[in-house]
Amino acid sequence: MAKHHVQTTVNGDAVEFLCETDETLLDCLRNNLGLTGTKEGCGTGDCGACSVTVDGRLVCSCLVLGVETSGKKIETIEGLAKGDELHILQTKFLEHAALQCGVCTPGFLVASKALLAKNPNPTETEVRYWLAGNLCRCTGYDKIVRAVMDAAQDMQKAKPKTKTNTKQGA
Amino acid sequence: MRYEAPETLERASQLLAAETGIARVLAGGTDLLVQIKSDVIDPILVVDIKKIAETREIKETSAGFHIGAAVTGAELKEHAKLRAAWPGLVEAANLIGSTQVQGRATMGGNLCNGSPAADSVPGLIAAGAKAIIVSATGRRELPVEDVMIGVRKLALAKGEIIAAFQLPARTPHSGDAYLRFIPRTEMDIAVVGCGINLTTDASGTITAARVSLGAVAERPLLVADAAKAIIGTKLDAAALDKLATAASAACRPIDDKRGTKDFRIKIAGVLARRTAENAYARAQGKIGKNH
Repeated sequence: MAKHHVQTTVNGDAVEFLCETDETLLDCLRNNLGLTGTKEGCGTGDCGACSVTVDGRLVCSCLVLGVETSGKKIETIEGLAKGDELHILQTKFLEHAALQCGVCTPGFLVASKALLAKNPNPTETEVRYWLAGNLCRCTGYDKIVRAVMDAAQDMQKAKPKTKTNTKQGA
Repeated sequence: MRYEAPETLERASQLLAAETGIARVLAGGTDLLVQIKSDVIDPILVVDIKKIAETREIKETSAGFHIGAAVTGAELKEHAKLRAAWPGLVEAANLIGSTQVQGRATMGGNLCNGSPAADSVPGLIAAGAKAIIVSATGRRELPVEDVMIGVRKLALAKGEIIAAFQLPARTPHSGDAYLRFIPRTEMDIAVVGCGINLTTDASGTITAARVSLGAVAERPLLVADAAKAIIGTKLDAAALDKLATAASAACRPIDDKRGTKDFRIKIAGVLARRTAENAYARAQGKIGKNH
């Protein structure tokens, strides 16, 4: 069976690749596009290391077929920093030492960015539930949660006061 | 493995019907891709139904909500009107997996995966949902409680696809709830799950109820005796006792690493009480409908 020709957008760039039917989006990103920032942990959707967004929706890229992403907009960890300028979440992860071995970190960063896009001022409980699908065996999570909360605060401060910046559910 | 993504249900059904080898419907893929990867199944054909409009829509008509089988958990949660009308069902669907899994997982997939512990299924059964089943030759409706007939066994013929779920129209003084027991607070598989939907009259007497239990038998159960125990009552202590007894009596569970048979039977009664209290409070407008 011929390979599928998939045309999609990754971090704003139009890309195309060939893939087998059973190749996951994770396989395609890492092996076909050389975007190895997205990590494989469990490969079964339990650990969140391979988190990316597809059309703005946070998913495990190991549970998406590459061929399904034709025409979609994919965002990966490689899209967070702008050149040499780290995303504020990345800066805060460094400041709070919210990583040790680093394998889970891209997944946490992508998931946290998706959280703050949806809920710019989350409670600690909301952060913990949102990130429940991202496993970390090093940090014990507290530093990660603090980094995300701190990033949210800084992003709120940096934002001009507008009507969108209103209350969140407790 | 061949991949097809047709844009009509008829075409999807034809593809599935024509395949002589193992064929599977792909909705969210959160169970299917894991099973393929772990060699539990090795399909020759995968038919992605997400390009079919009806499977991806939530529509509200005078007949009630019509929810596409491939609508994701995250999309259910974001639908404010659906959440307000059916908070228990949306809660049940949202208990499946992580945020990432919610971005993909669907109620159609949860049902067709054929697990007795599927969280959204007791929610659908309690709601009185009907599965809209489409084949190349037509459509039929089947109450959700009749879709699963055993572990990984469905009452679907070759080529039949669940396109959507039809919920009944919401009547005043109605409420639903779903609770499950898991050893953790998040990201686990139900040891017991309970969905209840009920309606009262203006005085608070229950006039209609449906009680469904998950993970206590080879398939999710609709427990008519448990509903009878509370219909005609104001959910007083005696009614709750009878409800719990009827719920426990309906269980025919297995022992496994998540819980023993005896534990499941006891917990089914405990959960039925608590779920009924939540559903009743919602029917009375006493707790927020958007949990």
